[in-house]
Amino acid sequence: MSSIHALLAERPVLVGDGAMGSMLMKRGLQKGSCPELMNRTHPEVLERIAAEYLAAGADIIETNTFGGSPLKLAGYGLDSETEQLNGEAVVCARRAGGGRALIAGSCGPTGHMLIPYGTVEPETMLHGFRRQIGALAEAGADLICIETMTDIKEACLALQAAAETAPGLPRIATMTFDKTASGYVTIMGVPVARAAERLTASGADVLGSNCGNGIDAMIEIATAFREHTSLPLLIQANAGKPELRGTEVVYPESPDYFAQRVPQLIAAGASIIGGCCGTTPEHITAIRAAVDRALGRKGAHPA
Amino acid sequence: MELLDRISAALQQGNDAAVLQYTGNAIEAGIPASDILNRGLIAGMDVIGLKFKNQEIFLPDVLLAARAMNAGMGELKPLLMKAGVKAKGKVVLGTVAGDLHDIGKNLVGIMLKGAGYEVIDLGTDVPAERFIDTAVTEDAPVIGMSALLTTTMPSMRDVTALLAGRGLNTRIKTVVGGAPLSARTAAELGADYYAGDAATAVDIVNTILS
Repeated sequence: MSSIHALLAERPVLVGDGAMGSMLMKRGLQKGSCPELMNRTHPEVLERIAAEYLAAGADIIETNTFGGSPLKLAGYGLDSETEQLNGEAVVCARRAGGGRALIAGSCGPTGHMLIPYGTVEPETMLHGFRRQIGALAEAGADLICIETMTDIKEACLALQAAAETAPGLPRIATMTFDKTASGYVTIMGVPVARAAERLTASGADVLGSNCGNGIDAMIEIATAFREHTSLPLLIQANAGKPELRGTEVVYPESPDYFAQRVPQLIAAGASIIGGCCGTTPEHITAIRAAVDRALGRKGAHPA
Repeated sequence: MELLDRISAALQQGNDAAVLQYTGNAIEAGIPASDILNRGLIAGMDVIGLKFKNQEIFLPDVLLAARAMNAGMGELKPLLMKAGVKAKGKVVLGTVAGDLHDIGKNLVGIMLKGAGYEVIDLGTDVPAERFIDTAVTEDAPVIGMSALLTTTMPSMRDVTALLAGRGLNTRIKTVVGGAPLSARTAAELGADYYAGDAATAVDIVNTILS
């Protein structure tokens, strides 16, 4: 598979995949158990999810390694398995989509805070990211996707680890923003402008935002990013804010709702459009069709 | 500047060393421990809470202020106990079963402590029974529950249902919060109150315990 740069040169907008966690829940992930452990116990489930997103038209498939840093895995007593669990996730994704989609090694927040706000030393966090990202690269990921970050220091440490342990691989870095009176800011107080500046300085090849917002807010976030960067932008919105109907969790933004807003998201500057919490292969199918329509390449992508 | 104002200002700046020093000075000067607490530390946290709610400051500033508050409280606690000064009330707090996320829950704990409440923090992945048993043993009239995951927020219903089942729901009130929640979802889960942010959680506890 060619690199993300080559793909973006060929097609101005790529399609990412959708949610992982909610898909795993539907397929047997037990509440309170480690999602990354399923890479080992249920590789067929991971392959099927990847295959479904691929069939829906995704150009990029993410690995099930969002919580794959040793600091996070330690919560399940699995930190010693960091390299294995991250590697196994890449193998699952490659088996399903290798050669037909880029495999993005997902790297989420550690769930811990750096000193002085928390107790973790930067060196400890960096070492953890090195182990995780090194394993993702070793197992054959095509790029590294550092995502859902709220602390700019943590995001930059992950980028540093990627530069050291996966120097040949493109790096995506996305953060999660909340709408405030003074624009979009992460919970740790990072506005879009500073995110763009710091992530770029730390070597990110693609910037963007995922999670935390539905697609309407993401159009505003993409617009804000575009004022501060010319790098490609990845946007992965949630399917809105979940509602409980009885015992069922329902996300309000349908595949059609997403599809209708894809042209605005492209106009705002998004280069890679996928989904986060609550999105499904149906959302990705709808995004694929909307992207192809917007680019006037109907049927260009044989899904 | 008056010593208590200095404590408050240093706390707002997140300067734990200064808070520690001024608290010590205030104690030496013979200022009653309850005044140091209320007009120094809590007064400072009040400002922090308000600024955070108004999005003038963000989580890191709150965490540093909390660290400074803890520094002052370390000095003050023995004196408060000796003087028989009691907390305004008790709240049992935790992240629900199946969920390991604690940032939001910790923030609520900080704000509650900052407002003068005693917080019994049960940590993360807390089973329904443990919330209720602790509230009963500790005689706490409020249970605060947090969830970050859509998949774990239904665990809140286990707590509200069990409270009702044991006939405790009139005596113990539940407050819920977390990213996937809304007032509507909270009502669906049987919670008494929904807190959209940490400052609102304090307002709600103030209402319940007033």
